[in-house]
Amino acid sequence: MSEEVLVEEKTELEERFPEISRDDRKGYEGFIVPTEKLVEFASVLRDEFGYDFLSSVTGVDYLPEDRMEVVYHAYQTTGGPGLFYKVQVDRDDPVVPSLTPVFPGANLQEREAWDLMGIRFEDHPNLKRVLLWEGFEGHPLRKDWREPFYEGDGKPFKSRWPGGEVIRAEDSNPFNKNVDYPGGFDPEQWTPANETAVYAGVGRLDHAVSETALSNDQIIVNLGPQHPSTHGVFRMVVRLEGETVVALEPVMGYLHRNHEKIGERNTYLMNIPFTDRLDYFNSMSNNFGYVLAVEKLMGVKPPERAEYIRVMMAELTRIVNHLTAIGFLLNDLGAFFTPLLYAFKERELILDIFEAVSGSRMMCNYYRFAGVARDLPEGVFEQVKNLVLHRLSGQVDDLDTFLTDNEIVRARTMGIGVLTAEEAIAHSAVGPVLRASGVPYDVRRADPYGIYDRFEFDVAVRYHGDIYDRYLIRLDEIRQSIRILEQVIQDIPDGPIQEGKPQYQVRVPAGEAYGRVEGPKGELGFYVVSNGKPNPWRYHVRAPSFINLSALDVMCKNYKIADVVSILGSIDIVLGETDR
Amino acid sequence: MTEEVNIPGYDIPPEMEGQVTITALDKIYNWSRRNSIWPMMFGLACCGIEMICAATSRYDFSRFGMEVMRPSPRQSDLMIVSGTVTKKMIPQIVRLYNQMPEPKYVLAMGACASGGGPFKEGYSVVDGVDKFIPVDVYVPGCPPTPQALIHGLITLQKKIDKQSIKNVRWYSKDPVEPIPIPLLGPDLMDPRDYALIKQYGTEKLAEDQQVPAAEEA
Amino acid sequence: MADMYGKGLLKGLGVTIKHFMDTYLEDIRWLSRGKHRYYTAEGIDSRKSFDTSGIFTVQYPEERLPVPEEFRFIPFLIYEVNEDGETQDRCTSCGICAKVCPPQCIWIERTSDPDTGRPVPEPEEFYIDIDICMNCGLCAEFCPFDAIKMDHDYEISVYNRLEKNIFNKERLSRPVSYYASIRPTNYAREEAARAEAEAAKAAKKAAREKRSKSGK
Ligand code: SF4
Ligand code: SF4
Ligand code: SF4
Repeated sequence: MSEEVLVEEKTELEERFPEISRDDRKGYEGFIVPTEKLVEFASVLRDEFGYDFLSSVTGVDYLPEDRMEVVYHAYQTTGGPGLFYKVQVDRDDPVVPSLTPVFPGANLQEREAWDLMGIRFEDHPNLKRVLLWEGFEGHPLRKDWREPFYEGDGKPFKSRWPGGEVIRAEDSNPFNKNVDYPGGFDPEQWTPANETAVYAGVGRLDHAVSETALSNDQIIVNLGPQHPSTHGVFRMVVRLEGETVVALEPVMGYLHRNHEKIGERNTYLMNIPFTDRLDYFNSMSNNFGYVLAVEKLMGVKPPERAEYIRVMMAELTRIVNHLTAIGFLLNDLGAFFTPLLYAFKERELILDIFEAVSGSRMMCNYYRFAGVARDLPEGVFEQVKNLVLHRLSGQVDDLDTFLTDNEIVRARTMGIGVLTAEEAIAHSAVGPVLRASGVPYDVRRADPYGIYDRFEFDVAVRYHGDIYDRYLIRLDEIRQSIRILEQVIQDIPDGPIQEGKPQYQVRVPAGEAYGRVEGPKGELGFYVVSNGKPNPWRYHVRAPSFINLSALDVMCKNYKIADVVSILGSIDIVLGETDR
Repeated sequence: MTEEVNIPGYDIPPEMEGQVTITALDKIYNWSRRNSIWPMMFGLACCGIEMICAATSRYDFSRFGMEVMRPSPRQSDLMIVSGTVTKKMIPQIVRLYNQMPEPKYVLAMGACASGGGPFKEGYSVVDGVDKFIPVDVYVPGCPPTPQALIHGLITLQKKIDKQSIKNVRWYSKDPVEPIPIPLLGPDLMDPRDYALIKQYGTEKLAEDQQVPAAEEA
Repeated sequence: MADMYGKGLLKGLGVTIKHFMDTYLEDIRWLSRGKHRYYTAEGIDSRKSFDTSGIFTVQYPEERLPVPEEFRFIPFLIYEVNEDGETQDRCTSCGICAKVCPPQCIWIERTSDPDTGRPVPEPEEFYIDIDICMNCGLCAEFCPFDAIKMDHDYEISVYNRLEKNIFNKERLSRPVSYYASIRPTNYAREEAARAEAEAAKAAKKAAREKRSKSGK
């Protein structure tokens, strides 16, 4: 049925924009839009066709065709399949009109594409590097860019076997470090690019800062990257008027680990353990998103039992995440450690299950293409059953009693950090942040994947869009997850857990796929382009924590600096995913 | 007599052999230090979460006198480098290290902090924090479980036990120089490497110019 | 306002008091049953179970949380010991683990027969750089000879990584009995599969011989 609708709409769209053409490369879908029509196309798509949610923006470097492509994934917040569109530009001077003025949610993603691929976005209000630093040499995700420890375009490397002579990579580098410099570079002639670029985002101070007298005008404050409340190595530059936030700019990249560059060199299987390290609280759902994308390309599906196990693990990890998110949020509010200790207690019990099935507490590496790595070992099912049926709901109620009515918590969170539904959608916010603003959008319901269409659960939604609602919605979601788990426990069938034989070298036909799941932090998407080789040509992660940050500025404006910390806590970011 | 003192009845790590005499005073001194190591509250990546686990309900390293995790370097004795050190972050880490008062220790937690870890091949990862600051104990694993981290902390305590007031660096006459803070240029630059970088740049330029010339010919 | 101000706070304090009391109640309960809650396997088990209450802390190193069978840390290589005490590596240096390893931290040097120059199935050297290894377990999962497995030993902190943290074959090798002791279920399953495969092979051979005999 959805197919029909799609075809109809396509024609309507094509009538409206005769300039666009269908992407008819094999394995590809969507439209190719001429650059000059892009902004108009995107706006019309939003205003007249209901594709109001711009999920992901990313670039692809088609080196052999000497072309750069920017790929946009748009969805409707009322649910249903997505619509992809692309623009193609010359590789030597890629310039694309920016969508940020129309969709503020594209802001950070376009900056990332500029930073890593060198695609310039015209009319972007603040186009500068986001993950690397100003002054870095080159754009690393371009296919012809090589890092100091470069060894080959694709793994496995030849030097490992059969004549494996062990060396440390740095031993063959002249500096004995992971560094390289452009030819003719002289550090003594070089002037540090100080941090003007970083502060440009919050605007220059227009009064002279006096060295002797304190001026009561505006000041600029840095929080992080080493700050106990930034949940890792995150930095915020805040412009203050007294104690009130006037402007805020997130600065990130302190944990940029080149996930995508390494991912494009890895084989498909090798990427699974790497995805564990994205959102390291929820390796299970990261695995889920990635295998879905690759399974789409391969055209395979896991057997029944594996589907159930996948849902079981994904929901358990959601509970873990929300519990710890609440714990950390309360930590930020000043309820130092006690709620976190209670949350970690439950977390440990669930991690015991992960450890028993997958072998590691955090880095589960458990999902495989068309299956899962191993069946539940003996006794684990009982453990899950006991936890779900006899413990977790009681503990959640306990937490509820502990915190929800607490007057201090209410005073510090109600009406603070408000994000309206329109702002949330425009900024491409996802997950609990979006739903606490009154948009009942949950990928599990809007565009079901796996076997989520079989379960009965409510999409939690709250309407105030403040910190308090973002806290409550996490409690709601834990309860819904427990509900799903109860159904899983009841229905899980026996049977195989892997379709076909497990293989370490999978064949993935050429094409593109976008797999997305509702991770605990929001919509987690994986965009994979295959050219039929053993390793992906392009591998991009649409990270919810990263994109949710584009709304941070709006949330914090006009609140006090003390609230910034708790607002950040209520978004629940994790740096492994933000910086990748 | 001296012989006896010199053989304290337990292993001395090879790098410290010959310089160690353990006296009663040292024992008291070390005992009080080993039981109140205050780590810095500072998580870098995935390993940081396991470090928090080690501090919370189940593993609770306050049993070792480490309950006070300090967010400020000025009040901490131990820096647990828990996770991937990136080029963008290393200047801050070196600065934090310089700000810690002596006696200070560094524990590299996990593969990333020790030697680059799975992301070593990438372009913005530092291949081991020991390239910039001295590390006392390495805890392998990715991530080390909280118990492995506590084992690392116990290993550190053993190291402290073997130190002697007479020759620890913080009581030596010469001032301890702060470590120069690396800078972010076209790539990460260690001020100590400047001469080498310049030479490398000139050579590379010459090579680059030669290649097109050779091609033309 | 119908509710008294501060009621929520009190309710919250009630929860903490309950947690606090549970500690002692649980201890008293164990005492009255004449059992020891601390430093016993039973006690640790109870702290791991779903109905745990009271103190949750496991006091490593005096108490150790047992790791589950699937637990993975650093890989190790298995060798067999026959009746004469001779050792034989299971590894045939086929190279699959080196190919599948995501961060490429395995180096294998294949042995060649000095006379024929043909490769012999035992690696000359086998290195794993554990400062790179991500403990993912893919090497163990895809080794066709069950020669490399994931270890349970996590107590390997060192003072000097440059000397200690590239594991060579000697450091990596463990006897098969060690494997059987840390992963009994897996070991039993693999042995059964091996025995079955061997039986099938023998049966096939027997059938072939029989056929060739009857053919005569
Ligand atoms: S060692 Fe592993 S777990 Fe620790 S920070 Fe590095 S990737 Fe993460
Ligand atoms: S350990 Fe296994 S996979 Fe690796 S070379 Fe040896 S036999 Fe092959
Ligand atoms: S555990 Fe993973 S990273 Fe480590 S050696 Fe095996 S395959 Fe490589």
